[in-house]
Amino acid sequence: MSAVLPRPPVLPGPIEWLRANLFSNIPNALLTVVALYLIWRYLPPFVNWVFIDAIWRAPSSTACRAAAEAGACWAFIDEKHRFILFGTYPFEEHWRPGVATLLFLALYAVSAMRRFWRPWLALVWLAGLALIGILMWGGVFGLSYVENERWGGLVLTLILATFGIVFAFPLSILLALGRRSEMPVVRSFCVIYIELIRGVPLISLLFMASVVMPLFLPSGVTVDKLLRAQIALILFSAAYLAEVVRGGLQAIPRGQYEAAEALGLSFGKRTVLIILPQALKISIPPLVNTFIGLFKDTSLVVIIGLFDLLLALKTAINEPAWSGVGVEAYLFASLVYFAFCYAMSQYSQRLERDLSRGPVARALKDT
Amino acid sequence: MVFVGWYFVSNTLRNLDERKIATGFAFLAREAGFEIGETSGFAYGAADTYLRALGIGLANTFRIAAVGVVLATILGTLLGLARLSRNWLIARFAAVYVEVMRNIPLLVQLFFWYTIISESLPGPKDALTPVPGLFLTNRGIAFPVLHYDPAQWWVLAALLAGAVIAWRLVRWAKRRQAATGEQFPALSVGLGITLGLSLLVLLAVPHEIDRPALSGFNFTGGAALTPEFAALLFGLVIYTAAFIAEIVRAGVLAVDRGQFEAANALGLPRRRAMRLVILPQALRVIVPPMTSQYLNLTKNSSLAVAIGYPDLVSIANTTLNQTGQAIEGILIIMLVYLTISLSISAFMNWYNRRVALKGARA
Repeated sequence: MSAVLPRPPVLPGPIEWLRANLFSNIPNALLTVVALYLIWRYLPPFVNWVFIDAIWRAPSSTACRAAAEAGACWAFIDEKHRFILFGTYPFEEHWRPGVATLLFLALYAVSAMRRFWRPWLALVWLAGLALIGILMWGGVFGLSYVENERWGGLVLTLILATFGIVFAFPLSILLALGRRSEMPVVRSFCVIYIELIRGVPLISLLFMASVVMPLFLPSGVTVDKLLRAQIALILFSAAYLAEVVRGGLQAIPRGQYEAAEALGLSFGKRTVLIILPQALKISIPPLVNTFIGLFKDTSLVVIIGLFDLLLALKTAINEPAWSGVGVEAYLFASLVYFAFCYAMSQYSQRLERDLSRGPVARALKDT
Repeated sequence: MVFVGWYFVSNTLRNLDERKIATGFAFLAREAGFEIGETSGFAYGAADTYLRALGIGLANTFRIAAVGVVLATILGTLLGLARLSRNWLIARFAAVYVEVMRNIPLLVQLFFWYTIISESLPGPKDALTPVPGLFLTNRGIAFPVLHYDPAQWWVLAALLAGAVIAWRLVRWAKRRQAATGEQFPALSVGLGITLGLSLLVLLAVPHEIDRPALSGFNFTGGAALTPEFAALLFGLVIYTAAFIAEIVRAGVLAVDRGQFEAANALGLPRRRAMRLVILPQALRVIVPPMTSQYLNLTKNSSLAVAIGYPDLVSIANTTLNQTGQAIEGILIIMLVYLTISLSISAFMNWYNRRVALKGARA
């Protein structure tokens, strides 16, 4: 074993780095100077506004603005954090949506770890979601019943996004398989469904859920608004997820289908044991990207008046005591959404790198 | 499935009957009775029909989508190229922009811009003027425009004539190069002729500039973007540009290094290599996802309803609230958007067939 070792990397010093990356030629140097000027001009005032001059505690926005050179009025978030997190949920019961939020975060964390990708994870999810349902609704174990018109805030956003994904995912697998089916009726139904949903804006589906769906039901039967919006979100995301899953199915080499058939496996077994595990694995990164889209899209329920994180903030700034803190409120909303979406996108990128080194990806590359 | 469909339809008919809601599209001919804030240059009054109101909404949707697509493409392309820049600061800035903007819901961004414009900008009396002639106020954004004169149509004619000349010039240059090998900078000369001709005609016809001026409580003269339009435009452009930047970056990176090197080895100057070798290949990768971003932008413009810009969805929403004919209202929205997206995917298929590698299958 006398392998030739690669030359040790030459680490550039700071001066070399500056010359190579900022001042490589005259236009580049000019760009750098302009960029530095803009940073020097706008960054310090912004940092001042956000942190140094910001008011962290005050009873109202007038008190915030009273201070000379006042920065951001974060006191608004401090005063209203309960409302932003939990909406109009009964105040003394706030621990219940609080625990539910933590449960959601725990479920996300567990599912992100690849060594927990086992069949029992589905059971964990089932138990977790059931527990969240019990916490939120109550009515058993001595918990008082809270009708879901009163649910709101961040926890509602998490509910809409999570249940949307959990139910849309299996539906999307069926749709993707249906679109590749050899039965013309099934195939055309799936094609029409997917293209129809992808062709219209989500908001038209949400309007449909809020004003048209009640007309479809027999008189006397009512489905509440939250559930209707949730159904619309599920039907919408299923169409987008189905296209991602279909992409995964298409990437599986023909040989896998033929080998499974040659082994004499039935259609169900071929699909569940051979095709889907491989197809889903390679479509995980684009699936996560679609999840990010769904998470962002839950904010649209504001338009039909559901009390999610965004509408809670919007309502809070309409109070006379807190008029004029809209910029702070929406920056805070941006921060919360960004935290969730950025975490997901970083995760998806890392996963993509890991999986591209895995056996499935290698096998696919070789064919 | 047939049974389920029949069940829903019969329920719906019974419900509509009970609530005394009419069905059918007869309501379109009735008087709308509401005003619309901005009408994209069409005449409209409260006495007009619902059909006309919806038409105005559609025109407003097309207006925001057209302006948005152009600006988002420009900004997105610049950002995409910036992210590939060898300048570390510029590349980092573009990367941070993309990561931040695409991870914040568009609706939040729309509310943010709308709040900035309607709450944080000063009133018309002490308007911000970052550039002379441009006024930023909480009533909107006022800027100077050319005062309209019918003779200005000749400028358009000159532009077209210039384009025809330029096209002929390019063809002639190609033939000459094929025959003699001599090159002629036809593209830049053609562009110069076109622009020069239009400018000459513009100077010949009346060309007064109409500047906005403060009179009373608001600006008159010039042109103005309403706060709703401006917020929607900023939101859509800034959000979509982040996605377009990634598409452009991926497109350029998808061109094999060897292609750059081969073009270099052939002795092609850098710009010519870019235009003849790199861009055609990058565009093949860029165009399909780009069209779907344009489609997304058009569909996302329906969020206008949340900040009160009168696009198709927002007018259809008002219509269905007034008439109670929810099914028809939503049907109209869906049909219009389906038509738009099917046309765009038809275009995309046509384009893909056109640029597909000969002999290779996508």
